[in-house]
Amino acid sequence: MKCKLALCLLLSATVAARAESELRFCLRSEPKTFNPVLVEDDSSETVRYLTGGVLMRLNRATQQLEPELATSWKVSGNGKTISFKLRQGLHFSDGTPFTAEDVAFTMQKLMDPSVHSPTGDAFRSGEGRVVTRVLTPTSVTVTFPAPVVGLDKLFDEVAILSAHSGQKEMAVLGPYRVADYKPGSYLLLKRNPNYWKHDTSGRQLPYIDAVRLEIQQNRDMELLRLMRGEIDFINSLDAEYYDKLKAQASGLVEDAGTSLDAEQMWFNQVAASPLPAYEKAWFTSTNFRRAISDSINRDDLARVVFRGYARPAVSWISPANKYWFNAKLQPRRFDQQAALALLAQDGFSRKNGTLYDRAGHAVEFSVITNAGNKAREEMATMIQQDLAGIGIKLNVVTLDFPSLIERITRTFDYEACLLGLTNNSLDPNTQMTVWLSSGDDHQWDPHQKTPATAWEAEIDTLMREQASTADVKKRKQAVDRVQEIVWQQEPFIYLVNKDSLSAVSPSLHNAHPVVLRPQVYWNIDQLTLGNEVARTR
Amino acid sequence: MKSPRGLAIGFLALVIAACVAGPLFQGPAYAQQFRDVPDAAPSRAHRLGTDDLGRDRLARLLEGTRVSLLLAPAAALLSTLLAGLVGATAALAGRWIERALLAATDLFLSLPWLFLLITVRALLPLNITPFASVTVTFVLLGSLGWAAAARVVCADTRALCSADFVLAARAGGSGRLRLLWRQVMPNLMPVLSAQFWVSIPVFILTEANLGMLGLGVAEPLPSWGGLLRELEGFAMFSAHWWQFMPLVLLVVVVGCFHLTLHRQEISI
Repeated sequence: MKCKLALCLLLSATVAARAESELRFCLRSEPKTFNPVLVEDDSSETVRYLTGGVLMRLNRATQQLEPELATSWKVSGNGKTISFKLRQGLHFSDGTPFTAEDVAFTMQKLMDPSVHSPTGDAFRSGEGRVVTRVLTPTSVTVTFPAPVVGLDKLFDEVAILSAHSGQKEMAVLGPYRVADYKPGSYLLLKRNPNYWKHDTSGRQLPYIDAVRLEIQQNRDMELLRLMRGEIDFINSLDAEYYDKLKAQASGLVEDAGTSLDAEQMWFNQVAASPLPAYEKAWFTSTNFRRAISDSINRDDLARVVFRGYARPAVSWISPANKYWFNAKLQPRRFDQQAALALLAQDGFSRKNGTLYDRAGHAVEFSVITNAGNKAREEMATMIQQDLAGIGIKLNVVTLDFPSLIERITRTFDYEACLLGLTNNSLDPNTQMTVWLSSGDDHQWDPHQKTPATAWEAEIDTLMREQASTADVKKRKQAVDRVQEIVWQQEPFIYLVNKDSLSAVSPSLHNAHPVVLRPQVYWNIDQLTLGNEVARTR
Repeated sequence: MKSPRGLAIGFLALVIAACVAGPLFQGPAYAQQFRDVPDAAPSRAHRLGTDDLGRDRLARLLEGTRVSLLLAPAAALLSTLLAGLVGATAALAGRWIERALLAATDLFLSLPWLFLLITVRALLPLNITPFASVTVTFVLLGSLGWAAAARVVCADTRALCSADFVLAARAGGSGRLRLLWRQVMPNLMPVLSAQFWVSIPVFILTEANLGMLGLGVAEPLPSWGGLLRELEGFAMFSAHWWQFMPLVLLVVVVGCFHLTLHRQEISI
């Protein structure tokens, strides 16, 4: 009798547990903050995306802005002012009403210099105060001291805070709210009871009741958990794992196409670096850089290292960035004869299979990359064989990441480096520090007082030009020209653009992975789970 | 016990012969990439198939074995010599020298090897050849791996110093050096020999661990550690039998070293 009772209790508990649909996936690190204005790491960004309500949202599939808390908006004053019309009758998760005062409060927090908001930094265009005027409870205007490039799109990352809630940043307007957090173990989000969106049949969104974010650093464990059905998707997979998973369960994997990320290689052109003068002369020569670029078989890199889930890269903007990519540019063709001809123009010659410069130095240099990144190590090894084809000896050196960063940012004691660029934003303005010759991330020769070359000076002018106008056509022309210059000069030798690969459990419905982050759950309020579908029916 | 030990020695001899004779036979070079056939199954052209970049697995396995089997015993010899020197000196010298040497031994035992190796690897010049880089790695392993053995040697030397035959030699007028050379060292040989054989698999595995972290032997030179990286994590679950050959060889060779050692341990 006791056994039967226990069994009944167990069954009823199981049924109760299943009645609430729960989406599960892994965070690769602990979220550093739940405060949306302080977000700078991926895990906190995930929480912000799932819980934060924004005025408008960039549709990750169409790459167009769509209204959310704001029904309409207007940018004026050459990108200095933005006016919003807000939805009426909305409430935060704790029941506090949403008004224009909350937008003003959020902007004040965002731009407060003492808060040091990384999201707010994107709005800082010039000296002076940001003025927010609440016109009515549903209309608000924000004026910046100087034009802000791509102003409206920046609001995709601005989660609105409540000005009056006692729960502060834990009161949210997004589809979920934080319900439980066990550091090192999991973060549980539950449906926001006051979420404003409804489907066409009038049912309140999101469909899934809860989201459990398991904190799991080990990617192998993450894969095993997906295979065991313990999690519902993996947002980003590398090509090797994608292939292996595809071989075992082809229905699990999704290739959303070329991503925004690029793998690239560059030479150290820092004048004060400890390299010998003849090496500095090689690396600052456009012909030398172009010859190296022509000698690299990018098709092989994409096919062999990335198993076909990548394409030869052309520019610092990926073709996945539909508007800003300069479609006139073509990837460099693998042509070692053309490379040797370029090198001959600089006085290089090949004797007994070894390339020598004009002064008789054998051409040998090292490329550093981060240890443990198998794809980069394999790319470097393939480039090693490609360059051997024109008589260059390349030494591949893998370093732990802190040592590598020390060399490329402080001591400049390296010859070439192979790394990747992770790009989260569509707007080229976010790469200002890479392209301005004075920038910290101008890796081949950072922190220049004046541009070292005429083409760097031209890039400086063009990047400043595109940053100072709200005219999108003018910006596009300037950015296209910068892409052309970079293609000609090759300060970064772009290798491949990887595909955006993910794995999605068959029980998760309505998931349409895209190349923009967050790839799988960008339409979180539309996702349904297997049991949810059954329940709806 | 003779038969397994004989088999172990025979197998080790066979492996060494294959490594030495391997390059004499016509076959693909270990670094050559056959990019049209990456990750291929065994065939007539590639007896153990090809790796991710289309390199011949057999050629890489032989070269990797040569690298690991040449340098691991060299590192073991270095660490054994250092252990013998430090341990015997500590036991034979005066008290403060003994204390100082044993304190140094404790310090070495407490050093985080892996971080030290990573740091030294980062400080090496970038343009050294892969073979020079792997040699430096094994020299480091040898120079850092003597401490535990030195304590054993010290304890044994101390025991030997109070043995009757040493006391008799001392009474007969033998000086310290003569005592060390003629009486103590010959009797320490079994201990040193055991330490030498124990160290070889330890160093092979340490290099394999460094290889797993991507900090072992530089490309394109293979080593067992580098070859084992293919079986990291999830990849192991979907690997083919031929991809396990470096692991099988590593396990068998380390096992053979232990079987060879067994006799030495018994004779101590």
